[in-house]
Amino acid sequence: MRVTQGTFSFLPELSDSQIAAQVEYCLRQEWAVSVEFTDDIHPRNTYWEMWGMPMFDLRDAAGVMAEVRACREANPNTYVRVGAFDSTRGWETVRLSFLVQRPAQEPGFRLDRLEGEGRTIRYRLSAYGIDRPPGQRYDVSGGPAPDGQR
Amino acid sequence: MNSPAAATLASSAPPDRAVTETVDLKALQAEIDLNAPIAELDRDLVGLTPVKQRIREIAAFLLVARARKEVGLTSDPPTLHMAFTGNPGTGKTTVALRMASILHRLGYVRKGHLVSVTRDDLVGQFIGHTAPKTKEVLKRAMGGVLFIDEAYYLHRPENEKDYGQEAIEILLQVMENQREDLVVILAGYRERIERFFVSNPGFRSRIAHHIDFPDYDAGELLAIAEVLTAQSEYRLSPAARDAMIDYIERRRQQSSFANARSIRNALDRARLRQAMRLCAASGVASREALQTIEAEDIRASRVFTT
Repeated sequence: MRVTQGTFSFLPELSDSQIAAQVEYCLRQEWAVSVEFTDDIHPRNTYWEMWGMPMFDLRDAAGVMAEVRACREANPNTYVRVGAFDSTRGWETVRLSFLVQRPAQEPGFRLDRLEGEGRTIRYRLSAYGIDRPPGQRYDVSGGPAPDGQR
Repeated sequence: MNSPAAATLASSAPPDRAVTETVDLKALQAEIDLNAPIAELDRDLVGLTPVKQRIREIAAFLLVARARKEVGLTSDPPTLHMAFTGNPGTGKTTVALRMASILHRLGYVRKGHLVSVTRDDLVGQFIGHTAPKTKEVLKRAMGGVLFIDEAYYLHRPENEKDYGQEAIEILLQVMENQREDLVVILAGYRERIERFFVSNPGFRSRIAHHIDFPDYDAGELLAIAEVLTAQSEYRLSPAARDAMIDYIERRRQQSSFANARSIRNALDRARLRQAMRLCAASGVASREALQTIEAEDIRASRVFTT
């Protein structure tokens, strides 16, 4: 199941030059661009790992692209995203965030139903990848996932 | 060089960039308006003939490289890293700033800003601090020009554990692999840059252009003084001009003489004295008086007493 998080996620994958063009736009708006990665893709997981500090005072996308490439190389088979933080007073938030890498295989999410008092049903969403230890979650070369879902 | 178009280009691109018959180059020149920044350079900077000549050559070379690209000849991205050597106050930083805008207009760097750094901005305080620091500076300079003033301080031969070497290695790597992303300009005194290159041969081979900034002669220094006063809407009275000539003659003999920078400082001090003089003389000061620097403002300098 293709994860659709962040801007452009319903489009085909962006090429590197398209990513660079988006970063150029962010820099023109004077947003601080950062690179983050994770292998825990739950939609409510806001705490991704930072790939270095957010980059302030940049003028050109080349520096960001070098970091994106370095992050992809160091963390293959994880999700990598580029975020752009607007520090303007009143905004002070991430204005744009989009995926720039996803694992080769995305097994998707499992829905658990928990029966509570009075036949209440509570729902829980968890990614299949999460059943494996960090670092092996989306590693296709490894054996089958413990729950045999792959 | 075997297609007819290439032959035309090669024969019609003299280094002085005179107007040629080739439509390609002419159109290109008009399109990127190369003459404007070079004319500006000629007008605003006094002297520096060899430097200007070299910049013209580089500009012509980049133009031809672009023309070659348009007719489909292979052109490796040219290496444009430079070393500016010369005594203090000979205009290295000023030219570096101009260089950024010239390279930008030629389409060689994408943004045309100048990031000026020294050792402190590149080298860290403890293990593991240098690499991120240097990389951050390099990232900021991408798309423009990185100007490293007094570059030889990066290398401390007396201390093997110095972190400068780490910064040098990262710099060299980026200078080689990301040539199209940034231009590095090293600056410093001639002998020390030479020695720096001897101990870091990697730098010498990666720097294509070594530009030497000559000292200014007395006439050029006077011209600089006049340009500087005019820029700040002052002017030298005829007597003050003579005093300035004397001043330059004496100041040049001193060991602390720093070319144009000394002249600028002298003028700053003369402006202070002029202000004192005007305040001391009671009454109204005319627009004329507010503008004029008199001989006594300059002759009060310490240079004349020793």
